[in-house]
Amino acid sequence: MKPSDFPPPFDVSEAVARPTDPEDERIEVGVAIVGAGPAGLACAIRLGQLLEEAPAIAERLGDVPVAVIEKGKQPGSHLLSGAVVNPRALQRLFAGRKRLDELPFYGVVEQESVYFLTRNRAARIPTPPTMKNHGNRVASLSELGRWLAAQAEEAGAMILPETAATKLLVEHGRVRGIRTGDKGRGRDGEELPNFEPGSDVLARVTVLAEGTQGHLTGAAIETFGLAGENPQVWALGVKEVWRVARPLRRVIHTMGWPLRAGAKYREFGGSFIYPMGDELLTLGMVVGLDYRDVELSVHDLLQELKTHPLVRKLLDGGERIAWGAKTIPEGGFLSLPKRLHAPGLLLAGDGPGFVNVPALKGIHYAIETGALAAEAAFAVLQRGEAVGRRGALASYDEAVKQSFVWRDLEQVRNMRQAFGRGFWLGGALAGAMTASHGKFPPGDARTEPDAEQELIRTGRARRYPAPDGKLTFDKLSSVFLSGNKTRDDAPNHLRVQTRVAPELAELWARMCPAQVYEPQDGRVEVTASNCVQCGAITAKGGRLTPPEGGSGPEYTLT
Amino acid sequence: MSTLVFLEHHEGELQKDSLGVLAKAAQLGGDVSALIAGSGVEGLAAQAGRFGAAKVYVADDPALEAPLPQPRVDVAADLVRRHGFETVLFGATVLTADVAAGLAARLDAGLNWDLVDLAQEDGKLVGKRPALDDTVYVDVGWKGEPRLALIRTGTFEPVESPAEPEVERVDVQLEDFSTLAKMIEQAHEESEGPSIEDADVIVAGGRGLGGPDNFALVEELAKALGGAVAATRAVVDAGWYPYSTQVGQTGKTVAPRLYIAVGISGAIQHKVGMQGSNVIVAINKDPNAPIFEYADLGVVGDLHEIIPKLTELVRQRKAA
Amino acid sequence: MKIAVCAKAVPEQARRIDPETKRLDRSGEQTLNPFDANAVEEGLRLKGDAADAEVVLFSLGPERSLDALRKALAMGADRVVLVTDEAAAGSDLVASSYALARVLEREQAELVLFGQQANDSDGAVMWAAVADRLRRPLISQVAELTVSDGAVRGKRQTEFGYDVIEAPLPAVVAVSDAINEPRYPSLKGIMGAKKKPQETVSLSDLGVEGERAGESGSRTEVYALGEPPPRGETQRVEDDGSGAEKIVEFLLERKAL
Repeated sequence: MKPSDFPPPFDVSEAVARPTDPEDERIEVGVAIVGAGPAGLACAIRLGQLLEEAPAIAERLGDVPVAVIEKGKQPGSHLLSGAVVNPRALQRLFAGRKRLDELPFYGVVEQESVYFLTRNRAARIPTPPTMKNHGNRVASLSELGRWLAAQAEEAGAMILPETAATKLLVEHGRVRGIRTGDKGRGRDGEELPNFEPGSDVLARVTVLAEGTQGHLTGAAIETFGLAGENPQVWALGVKEVWRVARPLRRVIHTMGWPLRAGAKYREFGGSFIYPMGDELLTLGMVVGLDYRDVELSVHDLLQELKTHPLVRKLLDGGERIAWGAKTIPEGGFLSLPKRLHAPGLLLAGDGPGFVNVPALKGIHYAIETGALAAEAAFAVLQRGEAVGRRGALASYDEAVKQSFVWRDLEQVRNMRQAFGRGFWLGGALAGAMTASHGKFPPGDARTEPDAEQELIRTGRARRYPAPDGKLTFDKLSSVFLSGNKTRDDAPNHLRVQTRVAPELAELWARMCPAQVYEPQDGRVEVTASNCVQCGAITAKGGRLTPPEGGSGPEYTLT
Repeated sequence: MSTLVFLEHHEGELQKDSLGVLAKAAQLGGDVSALIAGSGVEGLAAQAGRFGAAKVYVADDPALEAPLPQPRVDVAADLVRRHGFETVLFGATVLTADVAAGLAARLDAGLNWDLVDLAQEDGKLVGKRPALDDTVYVDVGWKGEPRLALIRTGTFEPVESPAEPEVERVDVQLEDFSTLAKMIEQAHEESEGPSIEDADVIVAGGRGLGGPDNFALVEELAKALGGAVAATRAVVDAGWYPYSTQVGQTGKTVAPRLYIAVGISGAIQHKVGMQGSNVIVAINKDPNAPIFEYADLGVVGDLHEIIPKLTELVRQRKAA
Repeated sequence: MKIAVCAKAVPEQARRIDPETKRLDRSGEQTLNPFDANAVEEGLRLKGDAADAEVVLFSLGPERSLDALRKALAMGADRVVLVTDEAAAGSDLVASSYALARVLEREQAELVLFGQQANDSDGAVMWAAVADRLRRPLISQVAELTVSDGAVRGKRQTEFGYDVIEAPLPAVVAVSDAINEPRYPSLKGIMGAKKKPQETVSLSDLGVEGERAGESGSRTEVYALGEPPPRGETQRVEDDGSGAEKIVEFLLERKAL
């Protein structure tokens, strides 16, 4: 039994359409950016900088030269990461405009430790070279996103929160823009009295910066045949923010327990614990979604992790103040789309998969690719070239290949796949790859989609600690803390088969950190309003589609 | 200290909340007076005396027939100005909230609302106000006099203290704008029982009921108690009961005098919608249900056994 | 017809009271008080397609409240007037209603609408204070509203049933959240909102003297913050067949029956 035996009732054609609004009702913008995350906002900021220098071009782009479409309640509402940020791309973006100490960071990483955990012990191990963070900065990505949004608005971009991009508008082989989602539909899709239809937003260039599990990014990759060598694979991260009694002074990563080393389990991942100033810390657990055990729950593994003496003592006397979950694209270099552009379209950030798994980093790649997308779009607009011409935006691919983003990812291209062979062998291979800058072992490793893994059951759920409401928590109180107050009578945005093998029903129920899925009388009950849009379901046999704009979590500190 | 308590009445009866506030005022001490405003209400003065008013002012005028706030502001303002009351208290209702706020503006007097207690501390009157969904209690006070306060429904119980109050009729002088709003129609029928926002008693059903048909158990109990029926998200989701009855984070927030949770596990999403309830009783077969952590009385058992019996006992008691 | 809607920007979430100032912490994101959206919706509904009608939003608060109030403009309100002044911080009902009445006097709207309550202070009193200061008739808790022949008629629910109240314009009306389902702003509306007139006025623009504003103009104060009282002992009993009796006993003891 594997999740892909029950494919989701979803067809990519649902996410692609021609413009349908009458001409006079269409909303026209210069560049439409989907997603107010680090990639989209960096793109908006860079475009603002370039257009400021070229007012004639800005003029040609109309009333709204740059629009950023964001499904969350506010910019930052759906942003979640570790996060230790490599400031390199931000430095370039704000060169001569902002100093790094003006950005909302929690300080520079000065000390770091990596531990290998067993149930009761923690053995300090040397920090792998890819994981060295000296000089990097701790941030809440949600806070950084809010700050970047303010900069983007100042640079002239219009940010449109509470607006989901639900369809990619394609006409005559080129992307014309996006369509935003309807609001005010009832559970069965019927129009409620306050129904407000979505709009066609037409743009000269559309930049998809949707982040992990991008709905339109997936549609674009399929429509334009952009898929890379390997399928994309994901990990699921669940994290909490704590107010603590004593400041943590270093960045901590752990490997090993509560994950298991055996190759048959395919449990690749670890935890992070980062200080956020003197009063707060954040900790999280990340596990690759190619795992096989139907009882694996990343949320519960995080709760288990907190009972380890090393972690417990950091949290002693503290209070949990935030919680959230999100997937991370982990396929790396070999899963990148073979092109990052299509006529009228550019892909940036986590959506196409710019994440360095061994370094646990992606934010600086998102910012860099976003800024490079802005430069490519601007160059075409400046030349007055037909944007829809095939290859008009190819300079973006060139620029990305010349950038540090490409070099970094190429060097670690086989690292993630190695861990599919189990922790010890994977660890040894990873070490060899690092030492050889990716040249050893020769040849590229294949990956299988996460949904293709055969399921097993090992009884590990028995070990999850019972929630005590102080150190360990259940899923529902965690969803509550995410600020999620999604309307209950909205249509279900999660496409899954509801009559599936009992193992798969259990897999979903355990996997989902927000308690969306519940096996009941041979069916899967879906409580869609709990969903925090982490995207794990898409990796494991379902499909997350964008719900009504403004719904979902309202992260502020994650 | 001199205190004036505004007494609300309906169909010839002084309201329980008003009398409760009066009793509290008497307990705090000083000269306690009451104001009754209406048409043909002279007979109510004696009732007020029984609950602690040493003096009762009666404003009896056809212009005060309809329960509208603005003429009452005129009457109260006049009285406060003439007698210099230091404190004016109201049991909060739709009518009195408007009277109190109008009076605050008229007299430039401080108004604290939603108080659940009043006390004299170091010679100062201090009110307690729950805030932020009752997660914080704020001690509030007044700068200068008079001090106006609205007391949350159901806070103080009336206490009888037989007395013969001094009754004084007051002249009714109304501002021109105060009589512009007219009552066109008043309907008192409550055919379907109280709505969950207004209900004094709520019986709520959750997934533990096992199926939509079993909501009849909840409905019967609610009827016996004169209360309203509420539901959890899970059962509304499942289509067992309408969305309009949903209590919780994404439903309604209620704070009745009594909340009976039947077959409800009590996750935080439910708790935030009903934690302000005065008394919470939970019946659930799962001894680990979170609701038992905050129910005043938790009964671990089979609701199908307990609820019909409880309904019967309540009926017997009401009949007796 | 000019319709005024009085509205407030409230903290989006993570609500807490600052133990230092004892005021609500307003540092986080702000949003339009959800109950005020019902008043905006009703104003827009009454305005309908009338070209000469106008819906104007009035508010008190720091300048950044405009970001939250813009939602009403996105829904379709025509403009916003924000009274903003350092000296107004910490205003209570007396001080706020005074400033609000002064700015409303300046505009002379035929109908002044309020939402049912503020979800930050739980206050449900502002309209009555403002109506008194404006010397206008008041109808509150209105769940159905009609305007015709220079009069406004509202149906509302009270503890005792339904009232229907009528008043001549100009009048003050507070609507309940049962009156309508606020519309979603359209994308065009959101994009157009920034360009709509957004005026800020100071207290001195309105002739509000310093001693009538902020803390010096307020007549209430906050002494201390505390934990809610414990709910008392939670009792738990296993049903041995006498569960129902035990509940009745408990209810009688707590005077809840």
